[in-house]
Amino acid sequence: MQAKIILKVATKSIMKSRMRSLLTALGIIIGVAAVVVMVAIGDGAQRNVEKSIASLGTNLIIVTPGTSTSGGVRGGAGTFNRFTMDDVDKIKNEATLIKGVSPLVRSGGQIIGGTGNWFTQIQGVSPDYLDIREWPLQSGEFFTDRDVMARSKVCILGMDVKKNLFPNDDPIGQQIRIRNTPFKVIGVLSEKGQSSVGTSNDDVILAPSKTVLDRLSGGRFISSIQVSAITTDKIAAAQAELRNIMRESHKLVQGEDDDFTIRDQSDLSEAATETSRILTILLASVAGVSLVVGGIGIMNIMLVSVTERTREIGIRLSVGARASDILVQFLTEAIVLSLSGGVIGVALSFLIAYILNTYTDQSAFIKPQIIMIAFGFAGAIGIFFGFYPARKASGLNPIDALRYE
Amino acid sequence: MENTIIKTVNLTKTYQVGEIDVPALKAVNITIGKGEFVAIMGASGSGKSTLMNLIGCLDMPTSGDYFLDGVNTSKLTKNEYANIRNQKIGFVFQGFNLLPRTTALENVELPLMYDRLDKIKNPIKQAKQALDKVGLADRMHHIPSQLSGGQQQRVALARALVNEPAIILADEPTGNLDSKTSVEVFSLFQKLNNEGITIVMVTHERDFAAFAKRIIEMRDGKVIKDSPIKDRLDAEAELKKINEEAIIAE
Repeated sequence: MQAKIILKVATKSIMKSRMRSLLTALGIIIGVAAVVVMVAIGDGAQRNVEKSIASLGTNLIIVTPGTSTSGGVRGGAGTFNRFTMDDVDKIKNEATLIKGVSPLVRSGGQIIGGTGNWFTQIQGVSPDYLDIREWPLQSGEFFTDRDVMARSKVCILGMDVKKNLFPNDDPIGQQIRIRNTPFKVIGVLSEKGQSSVGTSNDDVILAPSKTVLDRLSGGRFISSIQVSAITTDKIAAAQAELRNIMRESHKLVQGEDDDFTIRDQSDLSEAATETSRILTILLASVAGVSLVVGGIGIMNIMLVSVTERTREIGIRLSVGARASDILVQFLTEAIVLSLSGGVIGVALSFLIAYILNTYTDQSAFIKPQIIMIAFGFAGAIGIFFGFYPARKASGLNPIDALRYE
Repeated sequence: MENTIIKTVNLTKTYQVGEIDVPALKAVNITIGKGEFVAIMGASGSGKSTLMNLIGCLDMPTSGDYFLDGVNTSKLTKNEYANIRNQKIGFVFQGFNLLPRTTALENVELPLMYDRLDKIKNPIKQAKQALDKVGLADRMHHIPSQLSGGQQQRVALARALVNEPAIILADEPTGNLDSKTSVEVFSLFQKLNNEGITIVMVTHERDFAAFAKRIIEMRDGKVIKDSPIKDRLDAEAELKKINEEAIIAE
């Protein structure tokens, strides 16, 4: 018998008892929709986490001051602060696996300019900083190495600062005063949004590192060194290289602890994605249970159907159907039933995902693989739970089947 | 015999009920030729239905040989049995056995769906022709519940004919029909037989057996009488008689 005819016969007998078929498929519909939506919610959460981590700059490596050890007593993180511009220069000259390096000198203060005043953070960086953070300018231009050397009083405004001081005007070319020192605004950063810890990335002013060191913070130490590796897969190698350079720069002897810490974003993202992954698995397995229950529903209906249609089976056998034809027919019915349940279930899950994304804070993201897996599962359930009833049908003796009342 | 279609040699069937063997058929030898119209008669339990099932390849004998159209069927597999049912035999049952909620045309097409040899090139045309032959061309899109008993049995007959089988086996074909409709069905059987189709039928009504050409009587699993019918009834003439009586009665 041709596949087309088998399908036609299966569809016809499903359509003959529409209500019952719909109720049977409902188990699969709900199961598939539940699995897809649950996984989609998990994936949505994961994507949010990844996005906020990516906003830091994907190849970013941060070198922060470490602990000081004095006579065997170790201080906490940051107790040792001996990073200088020499460290930055040494990295810049010696490291081979990095694309850019920038010091980060933190300062803060009251800013006066434009329409009012505002308290914000001032970061002293080098021209590489924008590349390292993957943070384009919205307008104007960035300062150059020459500005750093000359300790020029120029600055770049973050979007929040721009909105607070120059809500309507173009700030480029304007003067602002940072703790009474006049600075000229030469550029505005594009909006970056929330950081991974929930504070705004845009509430910041960038200025040349040496300008901030000499004119604002008044010291020679820098808070951290930000580096970007040439490619993502070279992050680990770049970290090892940085460690050697820093140890050399700080003249640490063999056996002495590092007085700095090197971190990349993978630790952070791994922890975050692991959490959402576990959540996804948990949700999906609960939903998977309902899929199995749906499968049992199919088996139940198919068993009833075999008993009810014993005479039909007898007729088919008497006109020349083989046992295998009957097996294939009932198995096909079960698979068609569960696969169409799968199709409706996936459609339903798209609808639910759309509603979640549009009307709630919960974001759901349906990966194409998940749809394939859901279909695969629905088909497998059809085969698994359809086989026993189909086997039972095909094992009938034609005479008994024909006489069945 | 040159034209033999059915030949049984010591055909025996024994059913096992628990640990007791119940013999249903005891070494039956019959030969049926092409173009015959045979009525098998006997009380219930005489083995006539068992013989019918064996001839129809719905069941396998316990011992003995059965030659159908020159092929010894006792050495065949289940799938080959299915093929024989599909290609060589057309069944007509007492309870019609049509698929419910399925049109007459689709019911008639059913055997062609399982035609693995693709003997019939155009199944729909073939099914329509078979329905035409039983006079139901105008009812082909009706489902069984919209048809009378006689019409349903004619659909079943069309289904039996559609594969151009070697024999038609009818098991109490008019058992569920009133006498006038029965005679109508028999006139159809006789017409088909006159066209050369071999028919073997089981019945327990002697009146209806008279429409056949030969009668085989059975008792206790054995053939006790096998003779040609002398005063064969013509169903067409009987039908006329019934109609005339009905007019007189009015």
